[in-house]
Amino acid sequence: MADGIVTLTSSTFDETIGGSTTAVVVDFWADWCGPCKQIAPILSEIAVENAGRLTVAKLNVDEHGDIAQRYGVMSIPTLLVFQDGEMKKRLVGAKPKGALMQELGEFLTSSQ
Amino acid sequence: MSDRREVLIIGSGPAGLTAAIYTARANLSPLVIEGEPSSTTDQPGGQLMLTTEVENFPGWPEGIMGPELMGRCREQAARFGAEFLTAKVTRVDFSSSPKKVWVGETLYEADAVIVSTGAQSLMLGLEAESRLIGHGLSTCATCDGFFFRGQDIGVVGGGDSALEEALFLTKFASSVTIIHRRDSLRASKVMQDRARANEKIRFMWNTQVTDLVGDTKLESVKLKSLETGEETTAQFTGLFVAIGHRPNTDLFKGVLDMEDNGYLKTVPGRSLTNVEGVFACGDVQDHTYRQAITAAGSGCMAAIDCERWLEAQHG
Repeated sequence: MADGIVTLTSSTFDETIGGSTTAVVVDFWADWCGPCKQIAPILSEIAVENAGRLTVAKLNVDEHGDIAQRYGVMSIPTLLVFQDGEMKKRLVGAKPKGALMQELGEFLTSSQ
Repeated sequence: MSDRREVLIIGSGPAGLTAAIYTARANLSPLVIEGEPSSTTDQPGGQLMLTTEVENFPGWPEGIMGPELMGRCREQAARFGAEFLTAKVTRVDFSSSPKKVWVGETLYEADAVIVSTGAQSLMLGLEAESRLIGHGLSTCATCDGFFFRGQDIGVVGGGDSALEEALFLTKFASSVTIIHRRDSLRASKVMQDRARANEKIRFMWNTQVTDLVGDTKLESVKLKSLETGEETTAQFTGLFVAIGHRPNTDLFKGVLDMEDNGYLKTVPGRSLTNVEGVFACGDVQDHTYRQAITAAGSGCMAAIDCERWLEAQHG
């Protein structure tokens, strides 16, 4: 995870979401999705800048369609925000960094 | 703090990037304010970012993917020294020299500006749209087609982009119905032939979408016949909209002259707008051809017009 982003799979999804001490934002993406590629570098920046306060993860819907189906993802990119194991927010579509941070701000763990 | 340079280009589709290649090669060090990520065509790279195979761009006999073509154009411009800013222009003032362009609070100044902001997809204008976008309603077949495997879905529109989406969606859906408000398509002959030959594609002529049904996801679509007025419901769990475009000219209202339909006016056969030193190219000023290659061609015209204008100023 050189880019600060945790790669999730069907078998690690629940454990990562449930066991995280920070909120987790999961990027549902696929290789064939242009807008997904546009937000990938933005998500890396967000992950690095908010390390310890927010976990940024990604899930490939091509390879792990069961998780996408469980959360009714029908459009990508979709970002789902989980806190204490529960889904708190759904963001559909690519957005610039400022708009994403505005949506994610409330989920940042305050640094000690 | 402000940034001052000779040429500033707003927009980064085929027109903007071609203008960037030409002005960069003329040592004008252009800054391209390329737009912001979004899931509509209003994004860096423009409308081609949401397409699949581009088969009619000269030089690519096997076809090339739209996003790859735009990635290569951007690389080519960068190679000659064009700079890029991934942001959206929020305000312009072209009333004095240098011309002023703002991104939020940051001011950029330039002797000349090339406007290539393109056009974006029109939506249906129904109230249910904002609730169901991403939940069965989509404007991006390449992004979302995958989620409609084995389902019956609809595509609204009758142009090339509607048929391209429909053909792409047949890879996943069990059936794709093209809903068109006229009784004939305006799409190119080759696309029409392909669509008619595809057994998964059906046509619903003279039909308008009047409502979308479903609270958390699309369950069905209400339709009205424009011939008989009869209202029906189709059990489509996916609906893709490709009904045309509107130019991205809100930024230039009251600044640059426009046609009644919002497209920028340019001197016939040239890229000159009504403001000296401001040039327009690509779909923002073209509602006739609207092709990648015509946009690129007009981007070249704008760059040459701009270069000559700057030379005349310095002379």
